[in-house]
Amino acid sequence: MKALVYLEHHEGDVLEASLGVLSKAATLGGDVAGVVVGSGVRALADGAGSFGASSVFVADDERLASPLPQPRVDVLARLVRHEGFDTVLIAQSVLGSDIAAGLAVRLGAGINWDLTDIAEEDNALHGTRPALTDSISVAVGWTSDVRIAVFRSGAFDATPGDGTAEVWDATVELEEHSVLAELVEATRAESSGPSLEAAAVIVAGGRGLGSAERFDLVEGLAEVLGGAVAATRAVVDTGWWPYSGQVGQTGKTVAPRLYVAVGISGAIQHKVGMQRSGTIVAINNDPRAPIFDYADLSVIGDLHDIVPRLTVLLRDRRGS
Amino acid sequence: MKIAVCVKAVPDAFGRRIDPATFRLDRTGDLSLSEYDAHPVEEALRLRESNGGEVIVVSLGPERAADALRKTLAMGADRSVLVSDGAFAGADLLATAHALAGALRRETADLILFGQQSADGDGACLWAAVAESLRLPVISQVSEITVVDGGLVGRRQTEFGYERIRVPLPAVVAVSDAINEPRYPSLKGIMGAKAKPQEVIGADDVGGEGASGTSVLSVSTPPARARGRRIEGTSDPAQDIVDYLVKERLL
Repeated sequence: MKALVYLEHHEGDVLEASLGVLSKAATLGGDVAGVVVGSGVRALADGAGSFGASSVFVADDERLASPLPQPRVDVLARLVRHEGFDTVLIAQSVLGSDIAAGLAVRLGAGINWDLTDIAEEDNALHGTRPALTDSISVAVGWTSDVRIAVFRSGAFDATPGDGTAEVWDATVELEEHSVLAELVEATRAESSGPSLEAAAVIVAGGRGLGSAERFDLVEGLAEVLGGAVAATRAVVDTGWWPYSGQVGQTGKTVAPRLYVAVGISGAIQHKVGMQRSGTIVAINNDPRAPIFDYADLSVIGDLHDIVPRLTVLLRDRRGS
Repeated sequence: MKIAVCVKAVPDAFGRRIDPATFRLDRTGDLSLSEYDAHPVEEALRLRESNGGEVIVVSLGPERAADALRKTLAMGADRSVLVSDGAFAGADLLATAHALAGALRRETADLILFGQQSADGDGACLWAAVAESLRLPVISQVSEITVVDGGLVGRRQTEFGYERIRVPLPAVVAVSDAINEPRYPSLKGIMGAKAKPQEVIGADDVGGEGASGTSVLSVSTPPARARGRRIEGTSDPAQDIVDYLVKERLL
């Protein structure tokens, strides 16, 4: 296997998830390289050696400054063709998924995504993918010459060693259609208040609350439980709660001892951010809500009745 | 503005199972519009309302999927194009992108919209594959579209915050389910949908069947997480929750 790992970075650091994939790739044996794409990112290449890359390719170009997928497809496609990589490994993210899918078409390469594991047996690579809201596990393979694997966030731990990587420049030649999209503005989320990642108890609110004002129910319950407040993407996009409190695919990944989901349907984009919680309590009036498939305690009923009373009961209990 | 919306008809959420013989999702039961796909249809209708033009719904699936597509016509889409061919059974992302790109090439739309993911495959990147096939710019995870001179600006959410990205048209845009609240079809819309054109085309019309690059080797059922407790219709659910938290030593 000759593998290329895409190393996504943000504000001067390679993402933990990408380093995790690199660490995993190194355990598979074969030749493992990393690639860093951006502007002013040369310094990021050095650290990758300790996570198992024998070489790191750097595509450093002003035209690559914005985190857009299509110019990155150009860089990776050229590297795969010129260096003869047979496998491309990418940590799942908004950017990573778009790069992987574009690269698959460009190279005619099979793509398996949402993988939680990968192994090589008898020279054949196969991946593990949970499906149908994780109720089954699917073993997947590739039939193409180049294989693309995209890994679920947090699938592997990043384990540093003492290796060093040779650093090479990657040629940057961009396709006409790849440079049409233009980043006009980027607003980075401010994080404030107690860290969600470190909280032992989280109370999260979803669209079922009905309005921004009703988020006080979530805040009140979080307060008596001594927990932090979180929200779903739908709620954040609607402006009921700041982005820094969002749990899910494009938000934070949390694993508290207790996760109380209030008015949350529990679609997959939310689930991936909280499924490792110790105990999940879900309150929702829709008995068909997907969250009831994986909650430890499913409470079917009107949150507007249950949550205020629950808050009072817990406050009384704490007072006595 | 000519807008094509790519949608998927999926098995009902309760009937989703894997065919043990083929390892493929069993699509023999009723199919309905993927819950995420009403949002791009709604967005297309709003863009047509303010800019004029046509809304075409494009899908890949069995012929029975035509019933699910009719829902989008009842919402207000002008017509549907369904790529349906046995050659596409079990198509993976590569083959699906090939089929949709082939159908879209016949339409030359100004804007191609997708929902944020399929409801059954959990995959979330088909738009980028289709955009690459058509050599068009792409923006994903878009929660707001603003039409500007010669193009549009999409507000997208990533792990790190919000971005505004400008693309010229034609372009491919995948919208999130937060972008709008889809309308329900009116009775008039439902009646009118029956008269709208629903075209079915085959592999020959989209440049052949295309090749899949992946295979499913086996399917297994992992030991299920112990089924949780359920509280429904009790006299004091809040007290039941407290009792549970006490018993589990979570207070």
